[in-house]
Parts: sequence; structure tokens; C-alpha cells
Amino acid sequence: MNVVPLNMNANCDTTCDPVLRAGNTNCAGCGMSIGLQWFSEVFRDSKPILAIPACCGIVTAGAFPTSAYSVPIAATTFASAAAVATGLRSVALMNTEENVTVCWAGDGGTYDIGLATLSAAAERNEDIIYICYDNEIYGNTGGQRSSATPEGVVTSTTTSGKSERKKDIMAIMAAHHIPYAATLSVAHREDFIRKLEIAKKTKGFRFLLMLSPCPTGWKSEPEDGVDLIRYAVRCGLFPLYEVYDGDRYRINVERDQTSIEEYITRQRRYTKGSILAEELTQLIDARWQKLKRIVRAFPADDNKV
Amino acid sequence: MARKLVSGNQAAGHTLAVAGEANREARGCICGAYPITPQTEIIEFLRAYEFTKGRVVPVESEHSAMAVCMGGSLAGARSVTASSSNGLAYMTENVFAAGYYRLPIVMIAVNRTLGPPWNIWVDQGDSLMLRDAPWLQFYTESHQDLVDTILLAFRVAEDPRILLPAMVAMDGFVTSHTQMGVDLPEQELVDRFLPHCIVPHRLRSDHPTTIGGLTWPKETEHHRIEIQRAMERVPEVLAEAISEFEEIFGRRPHGLLSAEHTEDADVILVASNSMARTLRGVVESRREAGEKIGMIKAKTFRPFPREAFESAVGKTAKVGVLDRNHSPGSGGIFWQEIVTSLRNQPDTMVQDYLVGLGGGDVTPEILHEIVDDLISRSKSVEPVWKEVASR
Ligand SMILES: Cc1ncc(C[n+]2csc(CCOP(=O)(O)OP(=O)(O)O)c2C)c(N)n1
Ligand code: SF4
Repeated sequence: MNVVPLNMNANCDTTCDPVLRAGNTNCAGCGMSIGLQWFSEVFRDSKPILAIPACCGIVTAGAFPTSAYSVPIAATTFASAAAVATGLRSVALMNTEENVTVCWAGDGGTYDIGLATLSAAAERNEDIIYICYDNEIYGNTGGQRSSATPEGVVTSTTTSGKSERKKDIMAIMAAHHIPYAATLSVAHREDFIRKLEIAKKTKGFRFLLMLSPCPTGWKSEPEDGVDLIRYAVRCGLFPLYEVYDGDRYRINVERDQTSIEEYITRQRRYTKGSILAEELTQLIDARWQKLKRIVRAFPADDNKV
Repeated sequence: MARKLVSGNQAAGHTLAVAGEANREARGCICGAYPITPQTEIIEFLRAYEFTKGRVVPVESEHSAMAVCMGGSLAGARSVTASSSNGLAYMTENVFAAGYYRLPIVMIAVNRTLGPPWNIWVDQGDSLMLRDAPWLQFYTESHQDLVDTILLAFRVAEDPRILLPAMVAMDGFVTSHTQMGVDLPEQELVDRFLPHCIVPHRLRSDHPTTIGGLTWPKETEHHRIEIQRAMERVPEVLAEAISEFEEIFGRRPHGLLSAEHTEDADVILVASNSMARTLRGVVESRREAGEKIGMIKAKTFRPFPREAFESAVGKTAKVGVLDRNHSPGSGGIFWQEIVTSLRNQPDTMVQDYLVGLGGGDVTPEILHEIVDDLISRSKSVEPVWKEVASR
């Protein structure tokens, strides 16, 4: 009989660089892979400990007794990442340990089943960095809708296109008055890294939302992922902005004349005609007007942040 | 020793607090706290307690209460919580996770009826619903039993041979909200009794591991076998802990079970929690009247001490089981376990009595009636509903 350690701890033999190493099971072109590489650059010396709920982000570690992750990982139940992280961080603080506790979660674990846990941890202003890689779908279970799935998108449980609108998780998180909330784009490296640096410097609850290309779920080509996110930012579908303390806003990248067509025609999840480019453009316009009004009324003071 | 008149909840709160405090020179104590009647006073007590190194996190649900405990334990702290009834039901997913992670968390379960319809009174269906979770379970009859068992639970759960979470149950209201004189354990003695909590597989940056990721059937089989082996080591570890407890505290708590007047008994009644106390009075009085009656107080439910039951029952002809719980379509849950334990004793008749469900008051008179019924039977039948509340 093989000797199996008492507990299901999978080992890795090198330390933190990169956080997610070669041999992981992410699909080619997965946005998570880019996000975790950039995360590694910023946090390589910060001793990150990750709480990851059920999602592609834990499956990618591979099976016991090895792990593609090079840092300590708590694979939590689906709804529990922010609460497990609370326990981990509390004990680190009471033992004055220098490390960073991070939740790395999909949209299902963030917008849906984990929302109450996330909200409570944010309300308590736990000293945690929460990063949601939002692929707008339940990837791990084969591509069902979530409340992050945008209007019009075809999934295995919205076969003729989703009729409801995507939940505005950034507004929800801002409403918790957390020190820092920001959106991340894998097509805007400098902005992405800068925001991670701010998150690293900030104390308390930090929420980062990354739109994460998912070739498998989006029915797009693996090499198109970064371009797709660039289009999403430029056409205004996914605004890059930051919110300090829930009441000081800053837009980081303005929208331009890029058409939503560029974005939707390269993903077969959009191509059943369940939503028209004009309808989407109207929704985007309305959202931008609202965001602009908020930013004008509650700007982040550039000298202060 | 400080002898105090306190409620069961206060006794439990105090004991969890001093146990948590006893880990102050190690990695501290953590608690995820969420209220539910009749357990609430315990988490209130813990919130008010000033730990040298500890944190009681006021979470938004029992599911997260256990998740905070898991995070704390994964970081190496002593972890505690308490719940009841629907709180335990809501927590269930993480109850299992904590055990599969092999985290020595200690939880007080104050037994209360599951709902809806809402009923706050005692019924053991809540903690027994979790019987298939990888947790130790102890049932306690009095405040002193409760306090002592909580301390034993930490010792056994955190023992490197065990490393499983432990649940200590008491009856809602009957125990939680009544006052009794208790020797409340003092910090100094608890410091001696409880070694620092060491979670050998805790997450650490100098030795990164992924805990709780994917496993194949082969590893999962090993994992489950390891858990069963750990369960099988509990009697030995518990016995050692009791001996040391006696040396330090000067009293000897019950272990797996307490067999009383069983050697020459013709009939034996089995009960748990506060019902065992009522039963003791009934057995003593009938003994005085010359009847050969014995009793077993069932204390350790996980692991279920089948051998201890087998030898305590011996050749006794009739065993009656008092179950304040019900598995619909089957019967009492202690009964199922006891019948399994006595499977090699075909001459023993085992009769189940479902009594006091939903908090009905189980008086000595009712237990006398059950004893009479048991004596009059020559063959066991399906579980008998002994209605007490509608009388
Ligand atoms: C309580 C519970 N319900 C359901 C599941 C099954 N499940 C595992 S991952 C998942 C979807 C995850 O989706 P998301 O969070 O968006 O991450 P992704 O898989 O897309 O990376 C589901 C439904 C589970 N593990 N636990
Ligand atoms: S399904 Fe999507 S999110 Fe999951 S690994 Fe593949 S590309 Fe990444």
C-alpha cells in the first residue's frame, strides 16, 4: 500500500514563482492563467496564501498528491472562500505573521452562492484581497448561467440566450464602503499591475473584478482572449474603474468608438441572435451615463486617493 | 476549584473560553459565532471574553461560522463554535468539510428540534443528522459532565493519533438553561491539561501545500480508511485523557459509556443526555424494590462503542433504548446503533422507544411505564412511540 499522508495535502517542491506553475489544467487561452502570472509578479515576496472555492481555479491545481500551485492553498467549499480566508487571516494577524490572504474565486462563488459570505467579510472589513475572475459562466460544471452571465448570452441553461441582465457586483461591493474596489483587464497590463500594487498597499477588504476570457465557455478562439477583453473595455462593455471607500470613483480607461460587434462576433455564445448589437449598445450607453454621473459627483481626488 | 451555580450554556461558554485561552502561547484561538436558540448564550459569552490571543468573528451564518473555524484551524489555531437545530443543518456542508480536512475543531451542539414548524425544545435529531460526518460525538447528562467532556473533546480531537473534530451535545433548555452547581475548570488547571494545539498539516508559506483539492478514488479510499482508523483509536486515547483528567482535576468523567447495575440485570435501559439522569433515579428506586434493572448511559456516539455495549449488555435478556430522535421510515438512531452492536447476541431482545420528541417532558413516571412495558414483552416489535406531550 502506498503511504498516503494523513490529510489530503498536495505538495509542491518549489516556492512562490509563479503562483500557478506549468502543468496546471487550465484550458489554453484561459484568462486565469494571465491573471495569476501577473499576480505572481506583484505578490511574489508577500507570502500569499489563497483560499479558492470550488471552481476552475482549484481544478487547475491537478490531482493529489501534486499541486500546480506554489503557495499554500485552502480549497474551500463553494460558498466559503471569504469566511475561510477570514479565519486564516485572523490567525496570521494574531501571530503577527507577514503574509497576504487572498480569495481567488469564479463568478459563481462570488456573485451567486458565495455572495452572503463575501458581503459579510466585506462588511467586517476583513484584511483580505478578494479577486474574482469573472468568466461569466459556471465553467467547471460545463457552462451554465450565473448571475454574472450577460444579457443575450447562450449557456447550457440559457439555450436561447439569457434574458436577465448581468448583476452589477462592483456596485454591490462599493455599497459595503470597502477601502478599495477595482476592475481588471488582461489587455491593460500596466493598469492591472498598478491596481494590484494598490491592493497590496491597502489594509482591509479589497475587491478586484477581472473579466476573464474563457475560450471553452465563450466559444471563442484561445488566441483571441486578450483582444476580446480589449474590445470589451474600449466599447464600454467592461469599464475600467476604481472605487475608494465606496465613495470616491475614478475611471481609468475611457470608452472609444470601438463597436460591440468586434466583441460579440468572435464568440459563438453571442451568435444565436438572441441579442442585437444595437440593444447591447443601448445598455452600454445607459451604464456609462450612470457611471459618469457617479464619477462626476464623487470623484477620487488624484492627490489623495 | 471554583464551584459555581451556572447554566449549561454558561458552563460551556466558560469551558470553551478557558480552553481557547490555554492556547495563547501557541497559535491562539478562533471562533465563528452565529446565534440560534438555545445555544446563543454560548457565543455571546465567547464574544464578551477577553482572549489574550483570540478572535470571535461575528459571521452571517452557521455555514460561515464553521468556515471561519476551518480557516482558523488551517492556520493552526484552536477553533471552537456552537450551534443548534437548523443552524447545524445549515452548517452541514462545512461540518463534513472540517472533518475531511482533519481539523480538530470543537463544537457544542445544544440539541433542539429541527423545523419548520419551529420548535425550540430539545430533540436530538439535529446532531444525530450529522452522525455520518467525520466527527466525534459525545452526549452529556449534566453540567459537570458537559464541562468535563468539552475538555476531553479538545484532548482527543487534537491528539496526533486522532485529528478529527468533536461535537459535544447537551439537551436544549433542560441542560442549557437550567442551573446546576459545577466545578468550573480554572485556567491554570486547563493549561496543564490541554497541550498546545498543533495542527500538523496547517498551511504555511515555508512549506506550501494545497489542502482539499482533487483526489482520485484510490486516494479517497485511503483518506476514508484513515478516518476510520482514527475513530478506532478514540477509545484508547480517550481512556488516557480521562486518567490524566482525574490526576489534574480530581474527578473521573465517564468515557465511552457508563454501565450501571448491569452485571446481574434482567433488563437494561439505555439513554443519553439528561434523560440518562432521570433514568438513573428510576433504576435506583426499582433496584431498592429488588428488581434486577440496570442502565447504560450512552455518552460517546462517534465512534460508536460497539464492543463496550456488547460487554455491558452481556447476557441480559432485554434491552430498551430511549430515543429522543427519529429517522423517518426507520426508527430511533441510538437503537439502530445498539442493535448493530448486539448483532452477535441473538438471545438479547432490543426494543426501541421514541420518547420526548419535540421536547416533551420525560418524567420518571413515563420511564417507569417504559420499564414495565419492556418487562412485559417477550419479543421486540417496531419502535414504540411513547407519546408524552399529548397526555
Ligand atoms: C454547494 C455546491 N454546489 C454546487 C457545486 C458544483 N459546482 C462546482 S464549481 C461550480 C461552478 C463554478 O463556477 P464559477 O464560480 O463561475 O467558476 P468557474 O468554474 O467558471 O471557474 C459548481 C456549480 C459545488 N461544488 N458545491
Ligand atoms: S473553462 Fe474557462 S475558466 Fe475554466 S479553465 Fe477553461 S478557459 Fe479557464
